[in-house]
Amino acid sequence: MKEGWFVISKTMLLMIVLLPLFGAVLAGLFGRRIGRVGAHTVTIAGVAISCALSMVVLYQLVWGGAATYNENLYTWFTIGKYSAHVGFLVDRLTAMMMVVVTFVSLMVHVYTIGYMAEDDGYQRFFSYIALFTFSMLMLVMSNNFLQLFFGWEAVGLVSYLLIGFWFKRPTAIFANMKAFLVNRVGDFGFLLGIAGVLLWFGSLDYASVFAVAQDPAIDIGSRTVELLAGHPWHVATIVCICLFIGAMGKSAQVPLHVWLPDSMEGPTPISALIHAATMVTAGIFMVARMSPLFELSETALTFILVIGATTALFTGLIGVVQNDIKRVVAYSTLSQLGYMTVALGVSAYSAAVFHLMTHAFFKALLFLGAGSVIIAMHHEQDMRHMGGLRKYMPITWITMWIGSLALAGTPFFSGFFSKDAIIEAVHESHRSGAGYAYFCVMAGVFVTALYSFRLLYLTFHGKERFVVDDHHGHGHGHDAHDDHGHHAPGHLAHAPHESPWVVTLPLVLLAIPSIAIGFFTIGPMLFGDGFGNAIFVREANDVIGEIGKGWHGAVGFVLHGIMQPPFWIAFAGFVVATWIWLFRPGIADAAERALKPIHTLLMNKYWIDNLYQAVFARGGIGLGRGLWRVGDAGLIDGVVVNGSARLVDRVSTAVRRLQSGYLYHYAFAMILGLILLLAGLWWIVARAA
Amino acid sequence: MDRCPRRLIEGNDETMAHWPLLSILVWLPIIGALAVLAFGRRADTARWLTLLVALATFVLSIPLYLHYDAARGGMQFVESHAWIDSLKVFYALGVDGIAVALVVLTTFTSVLVIVGAWGSIDTRVSQYMAAMLALEGMLIGVFAATDALLFYVFFEAMLIPMFIIIGIWGGPRRVYATLKFFIYTFLGSIFMLVGLIYLHMQTGEFSIAAFAAANLDMKEQAWLFFAFLIAFAIKVPMWPVHTWLPDAHVEAPTGGSVILAAIMLKVGGYGFIRFSLPITPDASQEYAWVVIAMSLVAVVYIGYVALVQDDMKKLIAYSSIAHMAFVTLGIFITLALVRTHANADAARLGLQGAMVQMVSHGFVSGAMFSCIGVLYDRLHSRMIKDYGGVVNVMPWYAAFFVLFAMANCGLPGTSGFVGEFMVILAAFQDNAWVAAVAAFTLIIGAAYTLWLVKRVIFGEVTNPKVAKLDDLDAREWIVLGSFAAAVLVVGIYPKPLTDLMETSVQQIVSALLVSKA
Repeated sequence: MKEGWFVISKTMLLMIVLLPLFGAVLAGLFGRRIGRVGAHTVTIAGVAISCALSMVVLYQLVWGGAATYNENLYTWFTIGKYSAHVGFLVDRLTAMMMVVVTFVSLMVHVYTIGYMAEDDGYQRFFSYIALFTFSMLMLVMSNNFLQLFFGWEAVGLVSYLLIGFWFKRPTAIFANMKAFLVNRVGDFGFLLGIAGVLLWFGSLDYASVFAVAQDPAIDIGSRTVELLAGHPWHVATIVCICLFIGAMGKSAQVPLHVWLPDSMEGPTPISALIHAATMVTAGIFMVARMSPLFELSETALTFILVIGATTALFTGLIGVVQNDIKRVVAYSTLSQLGYMTVALGVSAYSAAVFHLMTHAFFKALLFLGAGSVIIAMHHEQDMRHMGGLRKYMPITWITMWIGSLALAGTPFFSGFFSKDAIIEAVHESHRSGAGYAYFCVMAGVFVTALYSFRLLYLTFHGKERFVVDDHHGHGHGHDAHDDHGHHAPGHLAHAPHESPWVVTLPLVLLAIPSIAIGFFTIGPMLFGDGFGNAIFVREANDVIGEIGKGWHGAVGFVLHGIMQPPFWIAFAGFVVATWIWLFRPGIADAAERALKPIHTLLMNKYWIDNLYQAVFARGGIGLGRGLWRVGDAGLIDGVVVNGSARLVDRVSTAVRRLQSGYLYHYAFAMILGLILLLAGLWWIVARAA
Repeated sequence: MDRCPRRLIEGNDETMAHWPLLSILVWLPIIGALAVLAFGRRADTARWLTLLVALATFVLSIPLYLHYDAARGGMQFVESHAWIDSLKVFYALGVDGIAVALVVLTTFTSVLVIVGAWGSIDTRVSQYMAAMLALEGMLIGVFAATDALLFYVFFEAMLIPMFIIIGIWGGPRRVYATLKFFIYTFLGSIFMLVGLIYLHMQTGEFSIAAFAAANLDMKEQAWLFFAFLIAFAIKVPMWPVHTWLPDAHVEAPTGGSVILAAIMLKVGGYGFIRFSLPITPDASQEYAWVVIAMSLVAVVYIGYVALVQDDMKKLIAYSSIAHMAFVTLGIFITLALVRTHANADAARLGLQGAMVQMVSHGFVSGAMFSCIGVLYDRLHSRMIKDYGGVVNVMPWYAAFFVLFAMANCGLPGTSGFVGEFMVILAAFQDNAWVAAVAAFTLIIGAAYTLWLVKRVIFGEVTNPKVAKLDDLDAREWIVLGSFAAAVLVVGIYPKPLTDLMETSVQQIVSALLVSKA
């Protein structure tokens, strides 16, 4: 029996994937019949079992010594030597992702019971998030590029449906279309990358592709191709950059980051699940999974490094000036995704995945906490109308502090370990661009502390900047939407209060890993054999191995860390934030006036959205009109089709005088034309023969 | 090992000898059409009788799929009778895996069209139904004909019922649209007829197989290639001879649009595979760049044009043209792959992709036009601006619409993805830039489709008439539900479809290796 326990079973993997799908279908198609309780019971049960089984799988792999599972479920097509399958590759990297995805998903499911309690689309919402869980699991558990792309697009679809969940809001249905289209720009690269993999690596299955990548006899790393005559490019560079463009869309890296802040139009639970903890990290996961490929191309890694560093710093800066509580967290997510990308860029894949994991917990916590605040404030999201909430909602307050401390990199909190590892790795790296990246991640640490504590102070501390209108009747509970407009900004129907247990319980359960998970897992994940052979790093690039030489346990890592600049920079950010937003609220306004140009630049998000809107959206419509009017209506129909009709018409005018009535008009034109054509063709063919 | 298949083959031949299945499939709907005209004076009688005939044809097409020996490939269910002795014209039918797929697509879609027309056509019902049945029979005839003249007869004859369907039950500009449609396609087929006559002069018969076996020098092939190109490019339609399609669709009744988009356009792609590739392989190789360039222009140019349409039907019509470009692309990249790169497997991938795209486009465009028909039946408008917020009053309809829109965007898990994916993969094996331009459909296709969804389905209800709309009735459920099932099945598990065509595609591709000049 012992062998059975330590071999991963296919049935179990199938259950992990299919139970959430089953819940989604049931809640989606029969939502009205099974009712609200039925819908959340069936989806939560599915995801809970899926989560428990994922933990079993992780246990089997890490402690049970189970071998990596890699098998196809069924063949999608076989054409000649090409085949595509649906199948699972489950190693430690996959298992860790499965646990993160299903755990955060479970928390979000429970939280949703409270958050969406009054919403008409309750069953639909549960159906979507369960469907998301299924899609995300298909993505991370895939053993080939086809299924990866399926999961990739399926999570994009669910994201589209959820951002536009409140489909009456014009902003929501604009944001979801924008998200899908920007992601499609990334997918454009991704698909070409997959096509390149098939051409140059000869397969769509990870195992065969990695085998080719690592085969010294094939030496694919030095193979070049001239896509432009006279410019030999490394095939590995082409493939990796194309694949990474996909990651830039999904993981919202500059310049494809514009969709993520707008995605906050969706209900808060999905901001936590999809747009912070899981889906947006798919790009990071993908690159880590493809480490044998990316290790082949120094150029691609440099590209990744520069993109990531730019994202880490410049999107974080925008977060400092935002007043919408969710948008602050959204920009923080962008910035943290930039950190993960930087880690990928210096070949510290395990550090990227480690930060992905810690970030999933504390960022989900922050979003759900922000959602709890939003419920309490009756859907007011502007922090200028908050303040002093700590006494009304102590659990939310404390857990939000925990999340923010983790995010800012406070020693012993989970974010400290993962972020410090990344900064150390960048410091160790000699890759071109590492200097720029080091500056960006260091400056980013200050910025992170600044916006994190600003959020806490503006929301929970200081004076109350809202008024409770007691004369209003009751009944404005937690309407998930449409509640604006009943009150002037900053006016509430009744005093804010702590959220129900279904909301606070997930906060507490997420706060625990936000504090502790880094401390307990940094050893095995970074410096031990935590990922087995799932991640491949070439000897020369192994910055994590370099750092590991000085590894003396987690406590030692902390002691070392607080001697280093990042800690003090973060501390400086904390001090500045405390001074400005807790003790001297007037300074913020003064600084805003003094730094007017910078403030304007940041408030307008560097005008990137405006640029895209003008060039791609309006430009595309203009181009379409032009092609249609000039090309289709003008040239093809106007000159050629109707023109030849007119020509025939003119010829026939003489004849028509002899005729009476114009019914013959078209018929005559037709017959005459055909006779002429036939005669001409006969002549041509006769000559050719 | 080989005993089992052989017994299957023998069994197949034996049963089929007594059972002219293809003739039945061709003539049952056509005779049914006459019966509907004769006995369908009452509208409901006509409807039920038509449905019965269409269902029977569909049911009879299932054994065609089940008993076609895909592993053997080639023409099966062959029937041959002398027709015009002096010219050696035969009434010859037969199907390979490709034709089986298209025949079943035809019989499946026809049933749904009949069901869909149930409530929306109420004038001259028997004539409409009869025209639909006749069209179905002729379409099956086109896909099943192995004699070129028989092919040509069906190819031309099917214009007549379509001409009638648009001309009688069409919209206000139907006269312009029908004439444009008729002259365009008739013009194209004239070129083909000349080509066929020339081939007859060379070979002395009209069998397509004999044409394919004939030795033709490069000059002859070039003339024939362009004759076929004009005929089939208009039919597909390819840019720049596409302008008849949006007009025809806008004026056609829903059922006409569905048949037109789902099946009639496929005749063009089928013609390229059946005539251009085997008969003129060297010219096809020489001039493949022309077709590839036209296809790529279609993806980008037509994509942008689709973006700015105000009329839902026109938008989907343009979207059809852009999607059919993947068919022509997949067909014509095969030559470079086989001959220049010596990669027959990639060529098969491309050709399979083209075929899967044809079948998928049949489902997706049929479904999209049916969806628009559902709205048109209620509000009598196809204008995007008249809608908005439909999801508020028709949630099930909205769910179907979003599903088909996603299939139109080529989302994995739907049939729309499979063919495009295969064609892009195959194109990349030949030329990365071609693949890159083709892959642009990922962006532009999503842009025009999702913008349509946003304006029609989502948002607040602004038009008070929309606020009164009822959700799908049972009949509409059957139509959209069947299309949805087909879209998902092919998207999730395309292997049965590709397996059906695999040997036939391989036979077509290996024939390409042989130069005829």
